[in-house]
Amino acid sequence: MSSAWEGFELFKQGAEGRVYKGTYLGRPTIVKERFKKFYRHPDLDEHLTKERMKAEARAIARSKTAGVRTPCLYLVDFESRRIFMEEIQGSITVKKFINDTLSDCSEEDSFRTILPVATEIGSIVGRLHASNIIHGDLTTSNMLYSLSTEGQISITLIDFGLSHVENSAEDKGVDLYVLERALLSTHSNAEKLFPLILQSYKKVNVKDSKLVLDKFEEVRARGRKRTMVG
Amino acid sequence: MVIAIGFEGSANKLGIGIVKDGEVLSNCRRTYITPPGEGFLPRETAQHHREKALIILQEALDEAKVKPQDIDVVCYTKGPGMGAPLVSTSVVALTVAQLWNKPVIGVNHCIGHIEMGRLITGADNPTVLYVSGGNTQVIAYSRRRYRIFGETIDIAVGNCLDRFARVLKLSNDPSPGYNIEQMAKNGKKLLKMPYVVKGMDVSFSGILSFMEERAESLLDLGEYTAEDLCFSLQETIFAMLVETTERAMAHCESSEVLIVGGVGCNLRLQEMMGIMCKERNAKLFATDDRFCIDNGAMIAHAGLEMFSHGWKTLWEETTCTQRYRTDEVEVTWRGE
Ligand SMILES: Nc1ncnc2c1ncn2[C@@H]1O[C@H](COP(=O)(O)OP(=O)(O)O)[C@@H](O)[C@H]1O
Ligand SMILES: [Mg+2]
Repeated sequence: MSSAWEGFELFKQGAEGRVYKGTYLGRPTIVKERFKKFYRHPDLDEHLTKERMKAEARAIARSKTAGVRTPCLYLVDFESRRIFMEEIQGSITVKKFINDTLSDCSEEDSFRTILPVATEIGSIVGRLHASNIIHGDLTTSNMLYSLSTEGQISITLIDFGLSHVENSAEDKGVDLYVLERALLSTHSNAEKLFPLILQSYKKVNVKDSKLVLDKFEEVRARGRKRTMVG
Repeated sequence: MVIAIGFEGSANKLGIGIVKDGEVLSNCRRTYITPPGEGFLPRETAQHHREKALIILQEALDEAKVKPQDIDVVCYTKGPGMGAPLVSTSVVALTVAQLWNKPVIGVNHCIGHIEMGRLITGADNPTVLYVSGGNTQVIAYSRRRYRIFGETIDIAVGNCLDRFARVLKLSNDPSPGYNIEQMAKNGKKLLKMPYVVKGMDVSFSGILSFMEERAESLLDLGEYTAEDLCFSLQETIFAMLVETTERAMAHCESSEVLIVGGVGCNLRLQEMMGIMCKERNAKLFATDDRFCIDNGAMIAHAGLEMFSHGWKTLWEETTCTQRYRTDEVEVTWRGE
């Protein structure tokens, strides 16, 4: 184990753990380490970390079957709380991609550049949901943007710690709601972006998109109607 | 130099405070306390506010050593909150504004908490956890709005605590949450309960019904003490709040956290948040019960910021609203 870990360097501190970069079995590798969180009770920490690691490993594999690009899984080690996976080389987060584009280009140009990315996000989420995979944390920090050697846009979905498998329109609706809110709070063009995502979502998740979108509207309305006292 | 008076009465606290350009001159408050096992209802709470309003107003003026003619602007809580207490309090504010012939500003309660927290702690651009009896939100500022990154999808964290205190028949004096916090200090055994985090959102209603269903029998069987249950509840729901705050921080690349709202004076929550911050080289800002819990000075301060940037609420718009989201207000007093 210790040898596998040699030469890895801290790359980022994410929402749940630290992310390291290095080489494993000759391949460029990302290691996500869910280090012990001392703010929470050790039993709770142990339990959550195991669950999240299991969920992540499972969903990464399952999503591939659903036709959604995810990093290849190399190693899951519960002892050291580490997951080894393929590094998506030359990638940046979709969050950075969108914000960079918005700050570099005119509104019209940036719209044209971001459009295919929005379409791709919609169809990825559509494919996930068609296979009953709920991601649980759909934000633009958890999507990686890269270009293939042919110059094709490629979006890779990561960070499946909160995912689960459930054929539930409500859960899928909440998944979309989380995505919408993350977009609205992060990107100034979200009002235009999200409808595009929904459009391509509907095309891909033909099976239950009507039901899911109804639920989505319901969850949204609940949010607006909530009275807030105190 | 601007002097503002603020009237807050959106829930069971009535607060009147006076602020002079970021300096708190007075901050007087009374809480409507109900018997153990009972929550506060709109009608009785409004009555409490009406009865106490003039006493507290006099106190606030005396303590601040300010005369009505020194005051530049009268601020009141427009919402969100309970209808009757909101309106009762605003009537007092609007009346004195008419008597003293002063301009009026209606303030968003949540914005009041945030601006007061920033003023007292000096936090510059923090990720804000706003936790109280009626609100649970993870907020960050961008493009002239306090944007909501995460929130409860059902009941507020304080509501969950208050209702659990009713199950245990804990006293509401000074507040149910305070008494749970004291009990939890002597709890040891962690009861496993639902832990519901969806992205940056949380849910507490499942936890509450889980506890409501089981508390009595767990206590009767002697498996857990009341202290253990308070401890378990706090550990679980606070872990959820810290986790979602951390998610928002990672997403926004933020390195400051500010906790505001009544639940924010819970020292265990502050301690947990502090450890999380240390683990990611961030800084925690928190205040004590004078400013965390609903108060008049926060409404005065936020109103003063607005007033100084040209805001004025027209007389026909001096209404109250039970629903008033944090992100509805354009924050003209901060830069991009
Ligand atoms: N396979 C990968 N290839 C390249 N970068 C990655 C990969 N996995 C994660 N990252 C980077 O690390 C960050 C955090 O990873 P993530 O899985 O989202 O962890 P967390 O749960 O801590 O947010 C991502 O936003 C991304 O920048
Ligand atoms: Mg992430």
